[in-house]
Amino acid sequence: MQKSKWSRGVAVVGAGMSKFGAFPEKTSRDLFVDAYLELQSSIDKGFDPKRIQAFYLGNFSSDQFEKQSHLAPILASWIGISPVPSIRVEDACASGGVAIRQAALAIASGEYDVILVGGIEKMTDLHISAVTEALATAADTQFEIPAGFTFPGFYAAMATAYLKEYKADREAFYHVAIKNHKNGALNDKAQFGQSITEIMENKKQRAAQKGRSVPEWQDEIEFLSDPKGNPNIAWPMTLFDCSPVSDGAAVALMVAEEIAKDFTDSPIYLIGSGQASDGALPDRDTLASIPAAQEAGRRAYAMAGLNPNDIDFAEVHDCFTIAEIMAIEDLGFFPYGTGWKAAMSGKTARDGEHPINTSGGLKAKGHPVGASGVGQLIEIWKQLRGIAGERQLPGGPKIGLTHNVGGSGQTCVVNIFERRD
Amino acid sequence: MADYTMNSKDFFTALSNETLIGSRCIDCASFTIPQRKICPKCHSLHTEIIKYSGSGKLVAFTVIFVPPVMMAQAGYDGKNPYCVGIVELDEGPRISAQILDVDIQRPENIKIGTKMQMTTITRNEGYIEKSFLAFRPT
Repeated sequence: MQKSKWSRGVAVVGAGMSKFGAFPEKTSRDLFVDAYLELQSSIDKGFDPKRIQAFYLGNFSSDQFEKQSHLAPILASWIGISPVPSIRVEDACASGGVAIRQAALAIASGEYDVILVGGIEKMTDLHISAVTEALATAADTQFEIPAGFTFPGFYAAMATAYLKEYKADREAFYHVAIKNHKNGALNDKAQFGQSITEIMENKKQRAAQKGRSVPEWQDEIEFLSDPKGNPNIAWPMTLFDCSPVSDGAAVALMVAEEIAKDFTDSPIYLIGSGQASDGALPDRDTLASIPAAQEAGRRAYAMAGLNPNDIDFAEVHDCFTIAEIMAIEDLGFFPYGTGWKAAMSGKTARDGEHPINTSGGLKAKGHPVGASGVGQLIEIWKQLRGIAGERQLPGGPKIGLTHNVGGSGQTCVVNIFERRD
Repeated sequence: MADYTMNSKDFFTALSNETLIGSRCIDCASFTIPQRKICPKCHSLHTEIIKYSGSGKLVAFTVIFVPPVMMAQAGYDGKNPYCVGIVELDEGPRISAQILDVDIQRPENIKIGTKMQMTTITRNEGYIEKSFLAFRPT
């Protein structure tokens, strides 16, 4: 593969995140401070905020969620790094991943040596119907939303196309949810700290305590297949096929490769990055995959000079379970039409051939949309540095990939990171 | 089709007259819906408004149990869900629309590939009654 190079290498030397979840007592700036403090303590050789030269913030819509636009300079001022240039990056749910890429390009250009890159969303202050309306603005509000589509609906429609095209088993979706909840249960930052088995058993216990008839679910699949345990949201996407509405922030310190060792002896390096765009769902040739993801992946692999099989693990954009299945095909980990079988046979588990979403993914970790892309980098940082705790992948993984999608696939950005010994 | 312009609002004006319009590129013969001044395939400005027959087939769908505000105001909820899908017109392009007269209670019985014909459905948008695109099986 032809290797394309930026004129200057880029490294990540620190990373931190707030807990993801619903935090009525916190605003965006409080979540951001949580993440920033963790970042500071993650920098091995100490950190002087005066070295930050610019701030890139991935944020989908604080204007709708908190009635606050122009959030980047406000957060910069809040942590005392004004007057550094502060830029909000908006590409819907891909805002965080795109902010990372934009920060990297700004370092590669030579303009800056040290950039603070963040992602943030504070979604739970609004009523769920208002959250749905806000998210809908990431789609084509003239020609898609008036038809009655919702975001779960877009992915559900892609799921029907996928199921039909590959004669796939709908149960495969449940296996994605089960695996990601299992991983999320090992992540103290995750919104859902429980496996689906635990959630099922809790529901049985509560029914027993309240003197109701106890559901006879034998296993997770029976529980997930029962609309009483797992109601339809947008058929065939059920409640447990959907990522939650979340608050959260994540930040990373990105620097020019030649100064990375000033901050730590074990930086991770951004070695591949690609981004692509697309039109609304009806304008695409296929509905059973996300063409922008395939294209972004192709560009990132080309830059890194790597193939899908060189990737040790990946954090992919599982806003819905079908999205993870399409992602592992679009990224080339599994051939088209086989991702659902891979999900069912454990190939994407922590001990599988392609570990996917060891953090719990958006599904279990939470999906504060503008923060999600940077949240993915946090997991790569932890796994590559061997500090992922109970969910640490064995054997010292060296290469991790992030895949961050905006809307129903109008934006996709793929970043590849490497640990060097 | 001189009555309608390339401005996107005219798509809905046409719809209120039970007419489904789009455009055709005179240079590369590709169709688009809604109508566009610039052909997205070959970038030509040599495009014209056309009227679609309104017949096509279902290529993807979902049944929505948790509706957005607009659809909730139209009376839909978890007990009264609705189908929305993507229809491929006989002329080629695809469009999103509400799908009427399908087995909402058993979505597994709704089949991709089902032949569809365009209709319109009136919903309130704020205080204004507006025509929206819909399809039903033929």
